[in-house]
Amino acid sequence: MSDSYYGRPIIKKPVWEPLDIAGYLFLGGLAGASSALGAAAQITGRPGLARPSKLGASIAAGASLIALIHDLGRPARFFNMLRVFKPTSPMSVGSWLLSAYAPAAVAAAASDITGIAPAIGAAATTVAALAGPAVASYTAVLLADTAVPAWHSAYPHLPFVFASSAAAAAGGLAIAASPLAQSSPARRLSVVAALSEVAMSRRMRVRMGLSAETYKQGTAGVLTKVAEALTVAGAAGAVLGRRSRAASAAGGVALLAGSACTRFAIFHAGVASARDPKYTVIPQRESLGV
Amino acid sequence: MGRSALFGSFIGGNNPASSTGYAEHPPRVGFFTDTSVCIGCKACEVACKEWNHVPEDGLNFTGMSFDNTVGLSADSWRHVAFIEQPRRSAVNDAGESDCGPGGKAEMRWLMSSDVCKHCTHAACLDVCPTGALFRTEFGTVVVQEDICNGCGYCVPACPYGVIDQRKDDGRVWKCTLCYDRLGDEMEPACAKACPTASIQFGPLDDLRDRASARLAQMHAAGVAEARLYGHDPNDGVGGGGAFFLLLDEPEVYGLPPAPVVTTSDLPAMWGRAALAAAGLMVGVAAMFVGVRR
Repeated sequence: MSDSYYGRPIIKKPVWEPLDIAGYLFLGGLAGASSALGAAAQITGRPGLARPSKLGASIAAGASLIALIHDLGRPARFFNMLRVFKPTSPMSVGSWLLSAYAPAAVAAAASDITGIAPAIGAAATTVAALAGPAVASYTAVLLADTAVPAWHSAYPHLPFVFASSAAAAAGGLAIAASPLAQSSPARRLSVVAALSEVAMSRRMRVRMGLSAETYKQGTAGVLTKVAEALTVAGAAGAVLGRRSRAASAAGGVALLAGSACTRFAIFHAGVASARDPKYTVIPQRESLGV
Repeated sequence: MGRSALFGSFIGGNNPASSTGYAEHPPRVGFFTDTSVCIGCKACEVACKEWNHVPEDGLNFTGMSFDNTVGLSADSWRHVAFIEQPRRSAVNDAGESDCGPGGKAEMRWLMSSDVCKHCTHAACLDVCPTGALFRTEFGTVVVQEDICNGCGYCVPACPYGVIDQRKDDGRVWKCTLCYDRLGDEMEPACAKACPTASIQFGPLDDLRDRASARLAQMHAAGVAEARLYGHDPNDGVGGGGAFFLLLDEPEVYGLPPAPVVTTSDLPAMWGRAALAAAGLMVGVAAMFVGVRR
């Protein structure tokens, strides 16, 4: 064991509210991947799949913005986020990305539902589909670009966990909300993404070193287990739901809940790794070769 | 605009003011805190609070020796650590105790006044999305309180746990190295108030020379455990504008042993995220291939 100053943490734990920020990680992922799914559904002539994906994306994007603004210490200064553009700040990049993505996602859904301005709706669908995957994966950099051991040391794998988790959520929403006849691609996506989410998460924990412990203990440990169980169950539901609305709906809800649990688990593991100085001290000592 | 204004301080040169884009600027200044002469008077904490109007942050009894401040925070920009430990030199190589009164090995005090390091490659500054955190002409890092929107990103980004959010205010606060005093050619309040010259202020180059001389003096006097911390321009943060002479391992004082600016890995992170985004897009499209309607 290493020495510490009365067991006090070395780095500060994030001041972010779990519901706001872990919630945003989930909603942003759901929105981004749903936009891509919705656009592909529209192009291939599956309006019954496109509409719930686009609508889900626009609602999740709107809720994301509310969560992000709510989490600010000075919400009235939200627009200071667009004061500069800094590639060194994932939050700055994300703010600009969201300011392009969110209006497009909302316009795409609005046009789809009302039938007004289909040309603008198609353009918005395209913009949202191109920006959506970036919205889903940049949040991994947002977390990893900190001194928080359980986030920073996960950086090589975290974007893939997030992209998989986002795709699983989007697939889950789509199989729960679209007609069986049109939801085959979403069903496939659900299975592939769910398996990828579980595999990538496991790989991440194997590779990240000491702070992987924080994914196995306490709140994060419980959430990690629940996330995996729900995600696997959701994938099973996606397969069994080919001919059953009820199984599809249950599978879809399990995938959404699994994706949310994955994000909350990662959030809480980060907080736990910031609280205990050993996760900061021991790897740094090892880097010095002593 | 210097290239670091675009690509971040970790790519810029070793003078942060030049690499930020100041064509002309005063020499980089900082603190050398020689903890071997710190007497734990906390005059630095008081002077900082008084000069900078830093609010009270709880009057608590912690039981951590004489330290009721606990650590640096939004409302504590100087923090004096108190460590009570058995004096290692009290036991000689033969294992015999060099006894103090009462036949017990003497303890020793370690006292150290901690402060923001004003890193050459500052993570807080790199990740700040609003530009509220900026590099001054003196090479220091300061928060503009009229810009900060309280996003809190700098808080977990700092590898030293310095900057923090003031709860009732929402914004983040930390040491400014008395930016207002520097502009009037006055030294920071903490250094001014320090009665033992444990906190020394000046141009960083001078301080590094002074610190090397002091270290050599201490080693010559047999204090083998004396070491400098945060002085090396080749360390993970490009060296601190504030650095220290310590008498034990950094973690004993609550300091990270080998901090690295998180943004040094950022290009790799963006690369992985781009790959993941592309994978997501291609993956979604692939699900539609060969599906019967």
